[in-house]
Amino acid sequence: MGKWTRRGFIAAGLMGGGVLAVGVGIREGHRAPKLAHLVAGEDEPLVNVWVKLSPDNTITAIVPHSEMGQGVFTSMTQMLADEMDADWEKVTFEQAPAHEGYANYPLGREFILGDTKVPGFVQDSLNGGFLRIAQSMGLQITGGSTAVRFTGMGGMRIAGAAAREMIVEAAAKEWGVKASELSTRKSMVVHEASGRQAPYAEFAERAGKMSPPTQPTLKTPEEFTLMGKSLPRFDIPSKTDGTAEFGIDVDLPDMKYAAVMGAPVLGAETVSIDDTYARDMPGVIKILDKGTFVAVVADGYWQAENAIRQLEVTWTETGAENLNETEIFARMRTAIDAADGKGEEDVSIGNVRKASESAARVYEAEYTVPFLAHAAMEPLNATAWLRDGKIDLWSGLQNPLAVRDEIAGAFDVKKHDVTVHNVLLGGGFGRRSNPDYPLMAVDIAKEFDHPVKMIWSREQDTQQDWYRPASVSRFKAGLDEDGMPVSWDNMFTEKHDPPEASQIPYKIDNQLIQYTNAEHHIRFGPWRSVDHTQHGFFIESFIDELADQAGMDGYAYRRKLLEHSPRYTAVLDAAAKAADWGREVPEGRGLGIALVDSFGTVVAQVVEVDVTGPEPRVVHVWCAADPGYAMNPDGFIAQIESGIIYGLTAALYGDITIEGGAVVQSNFHDYPMLRMNEAPQISVEIINSGAKVGGGGEPGTPPIAPALANAVFAATGVRVRSQPIANFKEGLS
Amino acid sequence: MAQTRFTVNGEDRTVETDPSTPLLWVIREQLKLTGTKFGCGIAQCGACTVHLDGTPVRSCSTPLAAAEGAEITTIEGVAAEDGTRHKVQAAWIEHQVPQCGYCQSGQIMSAVALLRDNPNPTDEDIDVAMRGNICRCGAYGRIRAAIKSAASA
Repeated sequence: MGKWTRRGFIAAGLMGGGVLAVGVGIREGHRAPKLAHLVAGEDEPLVNVWVKLSPDNTITAIVPHSEMGQGVFTSMTQMLADEMDADWEKVTFEQAPAHEGYANYPLGREFILGDTKVPGFVQDSLNGGFLRIAQSMGLQITGGSTAVRFTGMGGMRIAGAAAREMIVEAAAKEWGVKASELSTRKSMVVHEASGRQAPYAEFAERAGKMSPPTQPTLKTPEEFTLMGKSLPRFDIPSKTDGTAEFGIDVDLPDMKYAAVMGAPVLGAETVSIDDTYARDMPGVIKILDKGTFVAVVADGYWQAENAIRQLEVTWTETGAENLNETEIFARMRTAIDAADGKGEEDVSIGNVRKASESAARVYEAEYTVPFLAHAAMEPLNATAWLRDGKIDLWSGLQNPLAVRDEIAGAFDVKKHDVTVHNVLLGGGFGRRSNPDYPLMAVDIAKEFDHPVKMIWSREQDTQQDWYRPASVSRFKAGLDEDGMPVSWDNMFTEKHDPPEASQIPYKIDNQLIQYTNAEHHIRFGPWRSVDHTQHGFFIESFIDELADQAGMDGYAYRRKLLEHSPRYTAVLDAAAKAADWGREVPEGRGLGIALVDSFGTVVAQVVEVDVTGPEPRVVHVWCAADPGYAMNPDGFIAQIESGIIYGLTAALYGDITIEGGAVVQSNFHDYPMLRMNEAPQISVEIINSGAKVGGGGEPGTPPIAPALANAVFAATGVRVRSQPIANFKEGLS
Repeated sequence: MAQTRFTVNGEDRTVETDPSTPLLWVIREQLKLTGTKFGCGIAQCGACTVHLDGTPVRSCSTPLAAAEGAEITTIEGVAAEDGTRHKVQAAWIEHQVPQCGYCQSGQIMSAVALLRDNPNPTDEDIDVAMRGNICRCGAYGRIRAAIKSAASA
């Protein structure tokens, strides 16, 4: 796995109570004293981030990420503990508080050596100038499938390895032997020659006075004892008995409840509120006009929600009152027409115009995807309490540190007077990286001395989202006489992140990929796998069309265009083989294949669809995924399964439409979710290729929509160029 | 205000609350049993599932009045009195079912009721019993496997 070259530092020290702390920091001037009180228990000061060794030989990993079901507490701890040769039975974790010292942005930046940018979506998906790269501010974001890739590889492992080396060094001095004669296992130092062994904690004091190594040696995969193992997740037992605490479960003394209502036409503000019916309803304490939203605070949430539904609110006109999604799509097409082949350039290789002119023929197609809401199971919520010039906030957040800073900025308090208590997230999917809802909670609670818990109704959650953008993508391919592409010309709308999402894995000598944008008021939010959701569908559907044009099946055609990449072909082959590609399928069924490389992980999926019913039903998904190395294989598989269901739900049903400028859908009855009876069997095969470690949370999502669309084509001969795919038969009439 | 009396997880409870209030909010805000979750408010997602006299119901759409004299079981009351996990909870851990975990109280309440009434459910039985519970993390395959595993435990 290579050595860690660093411009940062490893810090270590012995703290009161005999606790050894080893941390990895990147910037100068780490904040050990300030950090200590945040995570250290009594007599347990802390250096920087990531590991504490206590006198009872327990090891605590400090994890600077949010748990939203991806198993991050476990995988991060696992990576650290393995490098430390820790006894897993005596390893635990703590979630890092929202503090700069735990920011993982610098780590990510350091890890992507040679590429000084953080994943671009980070900048786009979060409000506030303080996040600009120029200011080099820290982020503590969970998103972009970054935890294992950056924090784990660049932080947790190094801290563990450094701690182990220091303990060994200390033991060698203590026992008067050479460090090379010592080995470690299960949090014990062992001197084979003499048979002597002792727990790590015995050497904590001496180790704490030593300088940490500048370049700890990391294990090779053959040496892993915990990495690569499907260790049970720490957070699961509490999620089976009701004890897991989510944001919505926070309970504080004398707490009141708030319901909220945002402008139906996003961007509008209040003109007037008629509270004739609402103000005297039982339990109602106060009705608040916050300009961009309205809140009712009451003794209980139900009372608040009932009352807010009785308010008559007049909103300003923004000019978007007549807009619907048909018009938005028309604007996108107009923008593409207007750009006339001269949009913003994403990729330019060779000479597309020339190649296209000399091609045997040219094939064109246009695709669209609709807006999508996130629909996390836990409706958005946050609890705030303002006391003595200080603000406390409890919420499930994908970026607690940014939220702390946003609050400090918006309410004019010092950052250190804002405490963000991050609790479990009932689903994130990108939605909980936006600081809108915690800011609203503070804005409401500032009117009171007591804490207020703000809960969004499902209707608000659906209609006040930051949406996966609708977009249009047009392709024009020049084909040679065999139907193989000589040019790839693509123009699309809505470019966000990651920047490489529109790139193709296929070897085509002439490529021109461009984008343009159309004005509309539906706000953008990162949605599981961000731009890959739309480009996965666009690219992998179009390449399937080209295969058909060439008279080849989708697997063989892709394979031919992927010959340059053994990694891609291995993944594609594995999925095809698992699905027994090429076999006869019963009448009314079809197989479709797709491959997408996103967030450092290559994923291929084969879908078997049954179209004999009123809506297509996915019977089975065979998936092969190469994340380089899966740190926790079962956890990785769970993430891929999850990504498939999330993407399949959207592909089949996901459709946020706009009428009169407002989102039409409101709850699960009109924004349906895939359910147990519709869930396909999923088989996942992991390929540990040894490539640079990739992410797990997002890469399962992009290939499923095109694999399904291609399967529908195989079953029916109907090419699906838009979503939701459940409606594909309507397009036939 | 009218009093409503019922038992929750075997304990007698009396609340003085508007009887039209959904049982969900009484359980969460007054009885402080927060394992039962709010998901949609219109009986579409199943996150709020509890047992009312043994029958799984959506507490977000069940008025408090319906609980008068009833025995209610929530996720907190599923394990044995000595704390031993219910076989469904144990199977959930064995199969590493939960991801974000938010829907899982409701999933488990539905699964417990299913297995009590039908100790050896077919795939179709599982579909019927569990289709009212949405899981946005997509743990359906693991839920199915865990139910089968609990059935044979």
